[in-house]
Amino acid sequence: MDTNSNGYTLIYATVMVVIVALMLAFVSGALKDKQNANVEIDKKKQILTSLRIDTKGKNIEQLYEKYIVNGLVINTKGEILAKSKEEAFKIDISKELSKNMEARRLPIFVAQIDGKTKYVLSLRGTGLWGPIWGYVSLNDDRNTIYGAYFSHASETPGLGANIADPPFQKQFEGKHILNDRNEFVSLAVMKSGKKAEGKEQVDAISGGTITSKGVEAMLQNCLGQYEKFLQQSITGGNKE
Amino acid sequence: MNKLISDKTKQVLLGPLSKNNPIMVQVLGICSALAVTAKLEPALVMGISVTVIVAFSNVIISLIRNTIPNRIRIIVQLVVVAALVTIVSEILKAFAYDVSVQLSVYVGLIITNCILMGRLEAFAMSNKPWESFLDGLGNGFGYALILIIVSFFRELLGSGTLLGYTIIPSSFYESGYMNNGLMLMPPMALILVACIIWIHRAKNKELQEK
Repeated sequence: MDTNSNGYTLIYATVMVVIVALMLAFVSGALKDKQNANVEIDKKKQILTSLRIDTKGKNIEQLYEKYIVNGLVINTKGEILAKSKEEAFKIDISKELSKNMEARRLPIFVAQIDGKTKYVLSLRGTGLWGPIWGYVSLNDDRNTIYGAYFSHASETPGLGANIADPPFQKQFEGKHILNDRNEFVSLAVMKSGKKAEGKEQVDAISGGTITSKGVEAMLQNCLGQYEKFLQQSITGGNKE
Repeated sequence: MNKLISDKTKQVLLGPLSKNNPIMVQVLGICSALAVTAKLEPALVMGISVTVIVAFSNVIISLIRNTIPNRIRIIVQLVVVAALVTIVSEILKAFAYDVSVQLSVYVGLIITNCILMGRLEAFAMSNKPWESFLDGLGNGFGYALILIIVSFFRELLGSGTLLGYTIIPSSFYESGYMNNGLMLMPPMALILVACIIWIHRAKNKELQEK
């Protein structure tokens, strides 16, 4: 057969593309559930890590059920829209951030650790090469950071990617995000030795300046949305 | 066994480790060698993934080599490689989620790795499946070998760790030793690869150009 004729080439290309498309569709369909389950487990793991819980080699689902007792969905005015951990879990923060301020639905995960209430807030921002995200857990004063978790899609390994390592995340523990006058001031991520005005600070990553700035902006933007909720603790607003 | 590993197949399998190394001699796949070698672990996984994919795409192309229309052969090769890479990445996501998160964009980058297209075009299109499979394995290992050497030095000198474990004792740092941040920058990978090529050519005089 003449494998160089136009007809043969056309038919060959068509058949090949159809076979490959069917194969990929089959693989993707067969593995979809498993992948989604992995994504959910990974999200739960991230939330647990921000609560300083060691998840290595443990059953994530069980730990999550044990520690996360409730969930809240609030808007930027601090009003509670829903009280359910499933609702809070379903929210995709990156989609919420593209909406108008008023329309955003913000998730809060309520955890009980050794009898104390902790709040986990969701973060998302941009680093140097792609998105960065994370979770910050607060003590029940809604001001002191209990733990932090950050991750990234494609920051430079060994430099910006270090935001995903424990030494960087440990620095956040015990920092305050409200000032004496109960105003939200966020945290500064900057070179050690420099002094931030009116807010507390953590050391940036040397060589990862843009990623560090990204973390700072992410804290400012995302935690800022929760400002009303954070202030309610001291003014004695609606407590749950 | 004699039939499976003859002198020719041995040459096909082991040649790419040194005399015919894809990175050192053919100078292919340099872009990914820069991207994934800042740390040892992604370099290892990348080496394994490339080996698997180049071996199997070699076999597939070799099996259908007589049916491929000459004018669209590059497209056919590309489709086979892209399909395999997509399947590997889907399987990683389903069964080794942590690894796939770590590799993120690198898995997709395998498609653009010149070694794959180079081997398919130069070897699989004109050889039998078994030899093509060995050729894929050999080239994959040759590639992985250089990646591992480069990432070993970059991680050790750049971060003071290997596979994430601290290697340089803290007493070194106290007496003034510092990690070399330059090692983590992409240009350093190029310089290290160049050093490896230099040493390699100094030892193998027949590779030197007149």
